[in-house]
Amino acid sequence: MKLTLWTYEGPPHIGAMRIATAMEGVHYVLHAPQGDTYADLLFTMIERMNKRPPVTYTTFQARDLGGDTAELFKDAARSAYARFKPDLLMVGASCTAELIQDDPGGLAAALQLSVPVLPLELPAYQKKENWGAAETFYQMVRMLGKDYVLPPGEKRKPRAAGLPPSCNILGPTALGFRHRDDLVEIRRLLRQIGVRVNVVAPLGAKPEDISRLHEADFNVVLYPEVANSAAQWLSKNFGQPSTKTIPIGFNATRAFIEEVCALAQIHCDIDELTKRSRARWYALSVDSTYLTNKRVFIFGDATHAIAAAKVASQEMGFQVVGLGTYSRELAREVREAASQYGIEALITDDYLEVEQRITELQPELILGSQMERHIAKRLKIPCAVISAPIHVQDFPARYSPQMGFEGANVLFDTWVHPLMMGLEEHLIGMFREDFEFHDGAAPSHLGHGHHRTSANEANVASEPTPVPEVAVANGAPVTDSVWEPEAQKELNKIPFFVRGKAKRNTERFAIERGLPTISLETLYDAKAHFGR
Amino acid sequence: MNRVIPLQPTSDTCDSSDRAILKERGQREVFCGLTGIIWLHRKIQDAFFLVVGSRTCAHLVQSAAGVMIFAEPRFATAIIDDHDLAGLADANEELDRVVNQLLTRRPDIKMLFLVGSCPSEVIKLDLSRAAERLSKTYTPRVRILNYSGSGIETTFTQGEDACLAALAKEIPQHAQDHPPQEEVDLLIVGCLADIVEDQFSRIFNELGVESYAFFPSRRSGDIPRLGPNTRYLLAQPFLTDTARVLDDMGAKRIPAPFPLGVEGTEAWFAAAAKAFGIDPNHVETVIAPKRQRANLALERQRQVLNGRSIFFFPDSQLEIPLARFLHRELGMQLTEIGMPYIHRQHLAEELALLPAEVSLSEGQDVEKQLDRCRSYRPDMVVCGLGLANPLEAEGLTTKWSIELVFTPIQGFDQAADLAELFARPLVRRTKLAA
Repeated sequence: MKLTLWTYEGPPHIGAMRIATAMEGVHYVLHAPQGDTYADLLFTMIERMNKRPPVTYTTFQARDLGGDTAELFKDAARSAYARFKPDLLMVGASCTAELIQDDPGGLAAALQLSVPVLPLELPAYQKKENWGAAETFYQMVRMLGKDYVLPPGEKRKPRAAGLPPSCNILGPTALGFRHRDDLVEIRRLLRQIGVRVNVVAPLGAKPEDISRLHEADFNVVLYPEVANSAAQWLSKNFGQPSTKTIPIGFNATRAFIEEVCALAQIHCDIDELTKRSRARWYALSVDSTYLTNKRVFIFGDATHAIAAAKVASQEMGFQVVGLGTYSRELAREVREAASQYGIEALITDDYLEVEQRITELQPELILGSQMERHIAKRLKIPCAVISAPIHVQDFPARYSPQMGFEGANVLFDTWVHPLMMGLEEHLIGMFREDFEFHDGAAPSHLGHGHHRTSANEANVASEPTPVPEVAVANGAPVTDSVWEPEAQKELNKIPFFVRGKAKRNTERFAIERGLPTISLETLYDAKAHFGR
Repeated sequence: MNRVIPLQPTSDTCDSSDRAILKERGQREVFCGLTGIIWLHRKIQDAFFLVVGSRTCAHLVQSAAGVMIFAEPRFATAIIDDHDLAGLADANEELDRVVNQLLTRRPDIKMLFLVGSCPSEVIKLDLSRAAERLSKTYTPRVRILNYSGSGIETTFTQGEDACLAALAKEIPQHAQDHPPQEEVDLLIVGCLADIVEDQFSRIFNELGVESYAFFPSRRSGDIPRLGPNTRYLLAQPFLTDTARVLDDMGAKRIPAPFPLGVEGTEAWFAAAAKAFGIDPNHVETVIAPKRQRANLALERQRQVLNGRSIFFFPDSQLEIPLARFLHRELGMQLTEIGMPYIHRQHLAEELALLPAEVSLSEGQDVEKQLDRCRSYRPDMVVCGLGLANPLEAEGLTTKWSIELVFTPIQGFDQAADLAELFARPLVRRTKLAA
């Protein structure tokens, strides 16, 4: 049992729903108790879809448990088939139905429907949403592609002369963070390079499209969390290579174009393609100088976290002080990425651990998911969202990709927005007693609605922990130091966004040197020792 | 001087007992009782709700409430994993550990609800015993209670019923050795918005009902005490189990329609006044100005809603009182009223006020109900959020029903607000079409 304040991923059947809902001609019969239809809201409200997800739930109740829940499932499958006439039927169980073990796959097979039935085994007490999506997509690709598998030993035929190179785009789903616009941006990029898109899947694909995947020359994998296992199977059985670069950020988009050109065996003028981009110039312009070495903590799914760290470090000039993911499947990649910044990756799906790490690190900016926004509010740290889980405001009406050159433009605006702007930051550092622009006030460009807290509360929050005097006198090893009032006053003159770090550094400095009290001098000694 | 005229059924209504109700079974597009946490955590501010369930349960609650950004969340899930499924003894130890972890982090919590879910019910994890056991450890700092919000047992607002029923069992009764505390004559049962409570308090004071309390109270510690003659008045129609607990304690229910709309509110107060033998003339003196003001405010909404047809999908059990209000006071035409569950006794006064020709359905087969709804082509559909946008896309105007349980809608001064909730989507459609 695990105490979970917020969960980063839903159960695996939500992942399966994301595949079914993304596609056309697919229906999903889900053995689940009454109430699990809440999942429809994810699509109709959070993603604001205008149709019901293609999911039929058995919605059994307590009184059904005494009876024949298997029969209930068969009825639901039969009537869903008759009503919706899908080209493919997915069947599976939710967490509660997994406990009663009715075997939806076997029951559906017994119905002898005249369409392919994809039985899903998604262990709800071990696996989570992204795994569920990846597994569902993989099983579907395998089932619909197996007839086209190359015989052992046979190599893929080279592309016929005169035909343009073609690829599949794999990974975008329903309820994906900016999948809609990423897809538009990448499609446009591929068109500009001269690569034809064979199939996009699962988003918008029909089962018959899935069986055409083998016709492409290679695969573009946009979201490894969802598409990696399917791409591996396609590579093994059809000899299709796939892209490894995630085109998030200016540099990564350039690298992606190079990778695509190599796979497609064509040339293109990258400099011409980058003309639309503004992010790089914006970051170079002097207004952005104050962003240098802002301390940033990054957490999200592996793909977005790794990409964000690269952008933060190389394109924004931030200092990455923390990097982590809840995607255990891609933990190795995140660890590797973290080591480039000289830090240890945080691999966890425990919200409380993330909160603790952020508290320790006291970053000036958090790039995370909806869940990190809760932490950021508690710790009063600016925050921007870079990854699912997300809520309704991150399915915007406007065009807002994360990928490609326009994506890089969006990232620049989104990440800089929550930070206090340069002039205000300078003036707050100089004059601390202004009645309007004070320490506790939120950045004024966020409007008057965003009161960080009252000035008093801000002071309380930053107040050094007082330690009883006995602890100082008894000669035991110093594990905590007491702030002298004068030093404490001086600490409060440090601008709030670096104060947390300054406090921690000074206390660490004092403890390492065995100083029982922190004086004004200790504060400045520590400052000289650590630097900014 | 006017006399209070008891509500008379209009000529086209019929008695509830001979009413045909379509009972349907099939896919139910409803919330489970866990959803009640979303408003209960705000009502009882020092309580914390710990769901014992799966990742699905955690995902449900955060998908519903997580759009608000919490510095300190007031609900969480103890997620059962495959180790817990192996043996129950371990599960209890695990639960103790999780509760300890939670209470260490949140020393401000005064009351903890262990909320049962489908998985915990199916594996028969005995949360009531766990609550008893843990209470012994944490008394007097924290009281630990248990209820089930599972989908297999509860639908949406029944989660509040289950929660309040658990809380009601804590109510100290007369003739017991509790510290002296004033016994109340009247208990008003069901979560109400703070402003509604305050208005109702003033009215009860004016009527001369002196000893009353609202249940639940805003702080978990303020628990009223029942006397030998305590009566209770339900403010919400979904409180079956809570009422049963109160009945078992000897409290007597005052039968009344629910305080929705001018008529309903007046009848609700009149029923209470009658139970306490208050002079009807005095009641009329108190009520008349409020009735007049409320009717005046309703007039504007009546112009929008009069003659429009409305269809209710089952959701909260508020459907029948709402339909009664919209029909009788605003002139809306009723097509079908779907309810997840109909408590005939608690709704007897309401059913008597409904026109005879309206279809009532209990339970749901959502696809068939959608077919019926489409064939009626109503001017307005009241439904959950899983159906609302898809129906809007089909050209139907919808009112999403969940809003009705977390908006102040009861009482005289909210009657027009309640009507406005239904008028708004129609007004909006007209504005955007222009």
